[in-house]
Parts: sequence; structure tokens; C-alpha cells
Amino acid sequence: MGISFMTPNNSNNGSMLKDTIAVDPLQWVAKYADYLFTYAVTRLNDDEQARDLVQETFLAALERLDRFEGKSSERTWLTAILKNKIVDVYRKKSSGLSGMTAHLDGEEEQDFFDNVTGHWKTVHSPRVFGIEDPGQLDKKEFTRILQQCMQKLPALWLSVFTMKHMDDAPTENICTELKVTPSNFWVIIHRAKLSLRACLQKNWI
Amino acid sequence: MSQLKDIIYNCKKATSLIERKQIGRLTLREHVELRIHLAFCSVCRIFRRQSIAINRMVKILFNDAQERGTKLDDAFKKSLQERIEDKLNKNGKNL
Repeated sequence: MGISFMTPNNSNNGSMLKDTIAVDPLQWVAKYADYLFTYAVTRLNDDEQARDLVQETFLAALERLDRFEGKSSERTWLTAILKNKIVDVYRKKSSGLSGMTAHLDGEEEQDFFDNVTGHWKTVHSPRVFGIEDPGQLDKKEFTRILQQCMQKLPALWLSVFTMKHMDDAPTENICTELKVTPSNFWVIIHRAKLSLRACLQKNWI
Repeated sequence: MSQLKDIIYNCKKATSLIERKQIGRLTLREHVELRIHLAFCSVCRIFRRQSIAINRMVKILFNDAQERGTKLDDAFKKSLQERIEDKLNKNGKNL
């Protein structure tokens, strides 16, 4: 996605013009550092970690320059390396925590529903608070609060949520990579959304 | 009858179906149950609208951040550039 931002040599996606798609590591920082940093920071919400990963990505890419085949653009190739590193971070963050019992930061695990009827508890009932029509939103402000609320999710939930909703990763891949069962996957997706929505309702005025 | 009541009251299940419907598939039965529930439950209808809006916003977080021009600081870029040049030089000698 977003290929339209690419430089003209991106139009060569065959191998005929191999020399024009050759890698040029000396240009990487100037061309891709900001892009990769943004990619990482929106998925990790941690500037320092994002910086480290950008650096690791470049260094890892240098190690395997010979494996760059020019089938994809340089940027796509570098992004793929970064993506794997992000999943590694997710995996590290969420292992050790048993994801299902991990509580929200500082807040007690809320039970949104009445145990007997399954109906919303009145205090936790969704109310209309202005995000229903994204067209009308002050996007900047909303994005900021959205990111803050995402940060409050337990690590495993955030990893699952981000991989699914930001990256559209296939459910089976997420389950394998983060070692969650399919049924836990759906529980996490559900709980994550309930928590995130509640946080937005609380913080969005 | 109690089955119908269960469908109408069970917002926990309905919200979970709402989530699954957006990224996966529902069985025909689940689909029908959800429709019945939503017909009766205005709270879950709000939840559904908000949930869809949230998913949409999450999808565009990255593009948004790019437009806003999220950037690495120059000092870090400079040191990164130096590391890359360093490494290239070393590799060059090894070849």
C-alpha cells in the first residue's frame, strides 16, 4: 500500500532492469528512516523502541544484501524486515504474562456485563459520545486519545489487536506467532474492543 | 421462549458477534441471532457503530502519522548513516 509515494524506479517490477532496482544502502536513512520509524511507532507507541528497531532493521538488511532480489521495492523489503522485528517485540512483551488474566494498567478488570442476564451493566453502557461519525471528528485529537487508550491494553491484547486491525494479518498467523488458541484469539479481540471503547468514552469529551 | 429471551438479553454474546462479524465469519444461526438482538437492543447498536468507527480509525493511524510528518531526529539519523557507512566499509574489506 502507499506505493504511489515511491520514486520512479519503483515502476520496474520485473527483473529486466535489474540494475535500476539495485540496493543503495547509502540512501536508506534519507529515503526510508522516517517512514520506517512512523511504521514502528504507530505499532509500538514507544519512540525509543521504534528508533532501535529502525536501526536494527538497517543493520539486519545490510547483513543480507545479497538476498535482496529486486522483486519488491527496497522500501517493501525493509518494511518486511521491520515487521518481523515488531512481531518479535510483541512476542517478548506478551510471553510471561498470561494474557487472559492480565489486567488493565492500574484499573481493575471491568466486567461490562451482568453475570446473570448478560445485559450491559448500566455504568458501562455505551453512550453516544461523538465518535460514531468519523467524518465529524477532530481527527488529531481523537488519534491521540486512541493511541493512549491502546497503550493501556495488556501487551498481548494490544499485539493481537494491532496485528489484526492495523495489519490485517490472517487470524491463523496471529495465533501461531503469538501462541494463542483460536478461541482465546476471539476472546482477546472482544475484550480488547470493550476496553478500548470504554476508555475512549471515558476520555473523549 | 427462553431461548429468544437469551438472545435479546445477552449483550455479551452480541458484542462478541459484532466483533467477529467485522473480521471473520458468522454462522447463519449467529447472523440471525445478532440481527434479532440488534433489533431490540439500542445499546448494542451504539456499540456496533462505535466499534466500526474505531476499527476505521485504527486502520488510518499509520497514514495519519505519516501525513503529520512523524520524524526521527536528525542526530539519530546522522549516527545511523555513519553506522551504515562504517559497516559497508568493513564488509567491503572482507570481500
